[in-house]
Amino acid sequence: MSKPEDTEKKILNKKLKDVEISIPIVYGNISFWLGKKANEYQSHKWTVYVRGATNEDLGVVIKRAVFQLHSSFNNPTRVVESPPFELSEAGWGEFEIAITLYFHSDVCDKPLNLYHHLKLYPEDESGPMSTKKPVVVESYDEIVFPEPSEGFFARVQSHPAVTLPRLPAGFTLPPPVPVEDASKRKRGDTKDHPLSQWFMNFSEADELLQLAAARQQSW
Amino acid sequence: MAFPARYVYALTGGLAPLMPSIDTSQLKRRPPSDEKITWQWLPFTNSARKDNLQLYHWVRVVNGVPPTGDYSFAKYNKSVDIVRYTDEEYEKYLTDPTWTKEETDQLFDLCERFDLRFIIIADRFSLSRTVEELKDRYYSVSRAILLARAPSSGDVSGHPLVKEPYNVSQEIDRKRALSMVLSQTKQQERKDAEVLAEAKRITESRMAARGVEESTLHVASNAGPEMAETATNVDGTVSPSSNAQLASVAVAPSSSVMAENASTLASLRMLRVYLRTYALEQMVQAASSTAGLRTIKRVEQILQDLGVNLKPRVPTKAVCAEHLELRKEILTLLNLQKQLQYKEAEGSSFRDGSYTEMPGTPKRSHSHRDQDGTFVPDSMSFGGERAGRRDQKRKGPGRLSEAPSSPAHKRPRKLKASDL
Repeated sequence: MSKPEDTEKKILNKKLKDVEISIPIVYGNISFWLGKKANEYQSHKWTVYVRGATNEDLGVVIKRAVFQLHSSFNNPTRVVESPPFELSEAGWGEFEIAITLYFHSDVCDKPLNLYHHLKLYPEDESGPMSTKKPVVVESYDEIVFPEPSEGFFARVQSHPAVTLPRLPAGFTLPPPVPVEDASKRKRGDTKDHPLSQWFMNFSEADELLQLAAARQQSW
Repeated sequence: MAFPARYVYALTGGLAPLMPSIDTSQLKRRPPSDEKITWQWLPFTNSARKDNLQLYHWVRVVNGVPPTGDYSFAKYNKSVDIVRYTDEEYEKYLTDPTWTKEETDQLFDLCERFDLRFIIIADRFSLSRTVEELKDRYYSVSRAILLARAPSSGDVSGHPLVKEPYNVSQEIDRKRALSMVLSQTKQQERKDAEVLAEAKRITESRMAARGVEESTLHVASNAGPEMAETATNVDGTVSPSSNAQLASVAVAPSSSVMAENASTLASLRMLRVYLRTYALEQMVQAASSTAGLRTIKRVEQILQDLGVNLKPRVPTKAVCAEHLELRKEILTLLNLQKQLQYKEAEGSSFRDGSYTEMPGTPKRSHSHRDQDGTFVPDSMSFGGERAGRRDQKRKGPGRLSEAPSSPAHKRPRKLKASDL
């Protein structure tokens, strides 16, 4: 005997083919030289993070992020349970950080791995070190869910962090799910983040232009 | 302070050495002083010998008592336990149309004498038999005797002779394959490695999506008929001809490349979540799967010359799509160029067979920028501007059937007079 809630769950669990949900993200690190306050073991303070490419709140999709640091750190496995998904530390060494993103249960049951090489020292070693100007390395990428469930779709369809494609013809949108009152939850977006002045801009326009020009070159 | 002297510590920076210094008093271990050691020239015998030969050697004698026991090396005289049959057993179980009893007896004598060193046995055998034949006879006879003498077949079922009988044809094949591998030239080795690396890449990307069965891909070596099994996969698109002779060029995206695309998309979907950059990597690999390593490098060089990032800086869906299309177009271009070169080469050699019409030094075959900045790959001259242009890599007439792009020419070399 199936209850109405079960049927609803089945509907929400149904996978939408031909509809791809993608989340543009930027991940990387910002690091400041500690200057006078530096010692042998801690010459820089740095923050590694994953943020929405337009600084929207990723908590709508990501449940938690796990940053795996170098084994020389205490408790090298750092779990961040709520956005903004970032981790700050102090140290002297550069190493690869594995970032594992876990999604909400209606989004995806498989985690996703990102790898970022922590950069503390500037490329140009000749300039004077400054405690005010940080070293910033960011990478742009997009998390793609090729066959999202209807429930996931309904929940996020109007969220600014999420990119929906042009929907196929004849596609009926599932009824939008009422969103939690945002003011009740802690802000997860990074628009006014203390480090936001250093965030890089990623515009696809430039790259598209470059590619279009290349394709049109007279062969 | 004992050795080393104090000034050495000053040299090393005043820190204690990391390794504990050796206690030199231990180096000269003196024997306990209550023992009196002499060395004597004494006779000895060796139990490993069948004769009673007596030799002499120096012996360390302690307190006038020589050491006892057998010659210390006698224990190394090991031999193989050969099963010998009786004449009766021979008649009952061991007769064979291709072997006489005398031969079999001789074989077993030699086996015992030479501890199953079949190379030597083959050498000494009076009739000329191959090593595999001798092994086959020896092992089948031993096996038959074992089975005959065992009270029940269950008793010996665990014996290696019974469990894994000697298989002549398999052995012959195995040795032939081995000698082929060993005698491969560096060229062939490199080609094989390239193909295997590509196959590995393809299967890995498939496995990532499927995540179920292993698929093994063996590729036929250039030298000969090694076992060639193709991977079992859903689309069956990996064709054995992807054992890339670089000569086998696909012109337009062949149906196998299209199918590659579709299967990559399918495997991506199975992942349920992935990064756009990963998807692009997979699609690029799928599109380049029929291309050799050198072609791929050329594509990347062209991209760089065009000022395009090899990995897009802002990999959005649109950017990735454009990037992929660009790469495919470049690949198609290179393939067409190659085809053109071959056709020109074929055509011209049939036409006149003389080399008097050589143009000036041919330029490098990969693209470069023209002076006014428009991008002109110089090997593209459909319009026939370079009328007598020859394929610079071709060595001479009669060699057109071979792949001109042999790996021996890593970079296209200028035509020399010695080529003619």
